[in-house]
Amino acid sequence: MDFLNAIVALSNFVLIPAIAYGSQLALGALGVTLIYGILRFSNFAHGDTMAFGAMVTILFTWWFQSMGINLGPLPTALLALPFGILGAAALMLATDRVVYRFYRRVKAKPIVFVMASIGVMFIMNGIVRFVVGPGDQRFADGARFIISARDFRDWSGLSEGLAIRTSQGITVITAVVVVAALFWFLNRTRTGKSMRAFSDNEDLALLSGINPERVVMITWFIVAALATIAGVLYGLDKSFKPFTYFQLLLPIFASAIVGGLGNPIGAIAGGFVIAFSEVMVTYAWKKVLGHLLPDSLAPDGLVQLLSTDYKFAVSFAILVVVLLFKPTGLFKGKSV
Amino acid sequence: MNVNWKNIGLFGLVALLILWTGMFQSWNSALLIINMGLVSAIMALGVNIQWGYAGLFNVGVMGFVALGGLAVVITSEAPVREAWAAGGPRLLAGLAFAVAVLAAAVALYRRMAAGRTRALALTALLVVGFFAYRAIFDPAVDAVEAVNPAATGYLGGLGLPVVLAWLVGGLLAAGVAWAIGKTALGLRSDYLAIATLGISEIVIAVLKNEEWLARGVKNVNGLDRPWPVPYEVDLQQSTEFVGWAAGWGFDPVITSSIVVKLAYAGLFIIVLAILMWMSQAALNSPWGRMMRAIRDNEVAAEAMGKDVTRRHLQVFILGSAVIGIAGAMMTTLDGLFTPGTYQPLRYTFLVWVMVIVGGSGSNWGSVLGGFVIWFFWVQVEPLGRWLMDVLTSGMADDSALRAHLIDSAAHMRLLTMGVILLLVLRFSPRGLIPEK
Repeated sequence: MDFLNAIVALSNFVLIPAIAYGSQLALGALGVTLIYGILRFSNFAHGDTMAFGAMVTILFTWWFQSMGINLGPLPTALLALPFGILGAAALMLATDRVVYRFYRRVKAKPIVFVMASIGVMFIMNGIVRFVVGPGDQRFADGARFIISARDFRDWSGLSEGLAIRTSQGITVITAVVVVAALFWFLNRTRTGKSMRAFSDNEDLALLSGINPERVVMITWFIVAALATIAGVLYGLDKSFKPFTYFQLLLPIFASAIVGGLGNPIGAIAGGFVIAFSEVMVTYAWKKVLGHLLPDSLAPDGLVQLLSTDYKFAVSFAILVVVLLFKPTGLFKGKSV
Repeated sequence: MNVNWKNIGLFGLVALLILWTGMFQSWNSALLIINMGLVSAIMALGVNIQWGYAGLFNVGVMGFVALGGLAVVITSEAPVREAWAAGGPRLLAGLAFAVAVLAAAVALYRRMAAGRTRALALTALLVVGFFAYRAIFDPAVDAVEAVNPAATGYLGGLGLPVVLAWLVGGLLAAGVAWAIGKTALGLRSDYLAIATLGISEIVIAVLKNEEWLARGVKNVNGLDRPWPVPYEVDLQQSTEFVGWAAGWGFDPVITSSIVVKLAYAGLFIIVLAILMWMSQAALNSPWGRMMRAIRDNEVAAEAMGKDVTRRHLQVFILGSAVIGIAGAMMTTLDGLFTPGTYQPLRYTFLVWVMVIVGGSGSNWGSVLGGFVIWFFWVQVEPLGRWLMDVLTSGMADDSALRAHLIDSAAHMRLLTMGVILLLVLRFSPRGLIPEK
């Protein structure tokens, strides 16, 4: 019986949150990795793109809520999501026009793109803070739980509860759908194939008549969609605060690099590696161990490897290990 | 000679702007701008050594600045004897043990043949080592932090003169730069950017949470001042000084704070002059030419037998050390160490804007950029608020939109910095004072 309790506690505090967080990171890392594959630079503005898309979604959510439109048990944000994607896409395409296209034409070094993306990051961050302010914004509505801890306890008779929040369920389902659609697009459609060709070998792709500007535009659109979805899911699951999205940049980059920059499958794997390590290292294992071990051996302390303030250190440590031993990532990334 | 006049003119313009601040606002704020401008100039110099000489993109300036600040606390503060007695030796033993475990892991990795046995042994060593380290370290931390937590609760420093701390700040920053450079240099240029971004966040997290080290978010106040800088209170109580100020018809309170700031400015100018002389000498030496050759064409430089990764590591460490020195100077100037106030926007990206606006690769450009951007950083906020006020003056006083816009004016800084960065990068990538 205790063994069951341990498993339930583990799922409740580690597995489910890590799966949800991992899906969010994977979606974010997919965006970073696509930009890296097609445009060949690390986009530092990605965290703030997520914030911007989420912000547009939030504004539409509030508008819908004020009109009394809702999805019943599902959060209204899902209804507003397409508008958020369109808003983010418009901004990304405009940025590409105004900023990045020039550097592509003069064939600037990748590091110049990175610097430009930092400028873009500032501007987006400024816009977001200007519009909704730097504070926390709540926009989640609908049912809070799919399974609540008490229902589970009543149903199973265990002492540990298992809660699955709606936002966690939605995160995982959305992520699966989005990833499936993305891979279908990249592997089955003509445009997707031309994108992969462009990413593999730019010269050959140009030679076979692929229009680079079109590829770039579609990439930005997809990235905007991925970033907005990731941003909204993260906001629903935790909360929306512009600064946390800037801080997400590190775990997202770590995910993309751990999986191998430029490799979409790697980005997904990397997202889960980072999320699971982060949650497991900062979780206090006292409860789980208390169920597993006999009373005499039960731990006194919290058995927490690192305090949650150091969760960024976890993704960073993994990043360093990967850079030291396998710079191309777990799945073969583009280049060192 | 033409270029030279232009440069002197640019510096003259900055001087005029600061004079204008002095005449129309107050001499105190003008001197504050000068002092922080000097510190910013040194930070920009450090970034320029990395970016301008070698093309290394360091997005973790904030971390190195904060390490400089830490150096001030651990060098100049008086040691807390009770805390040392409570857990000092054990704490140091814990840290030494952690280093030993890491060294053992490195040795193990080098000695054993690659394979599953090595991976297992390495993991086992690290896991066991980690728990042993925590067992030694944690009780010591608790003991140290329990010593009079309201006033101390940390180990204190070494009680050395604070000017030494500036050097220590450089050394600390250099040490961390070495570790980062070792991992991320020699790979794609983006990786260094990401690694430095990460380390700067972690440095701040450590400073905020490790209270035994520098009190964390409880801050350390009343840091020592370097030797010739007096305290305002002492000046105001000295009859000699008050008489002297009265003789000139000055208010003693204001004058005392101006004298203090002037003393700081003098010290900072000396440091800047030394660093500037060294940087210029390095830039014009064979070493400087080699660095530029590497920056402009790594492949060619490598073909000439230059060890590119090693040179990059060297210049990365040097630049970070300069940033660390500036960080220590800034904390000394503030007189307090507040880990909570380090923000990437202010300490990383602002310095980058300084370097790029000033002119990457040119030391004088960085100094100019440091002053110009700092001046506008200080002055833009009131300007932005005033602008918002004027722009929204047509709206009703109780309009929610107007209140929102005026509240948001503070965030205009981000926007302005981004726009400046993009504009300079696009239209004048060589900056105000281009590299020759």
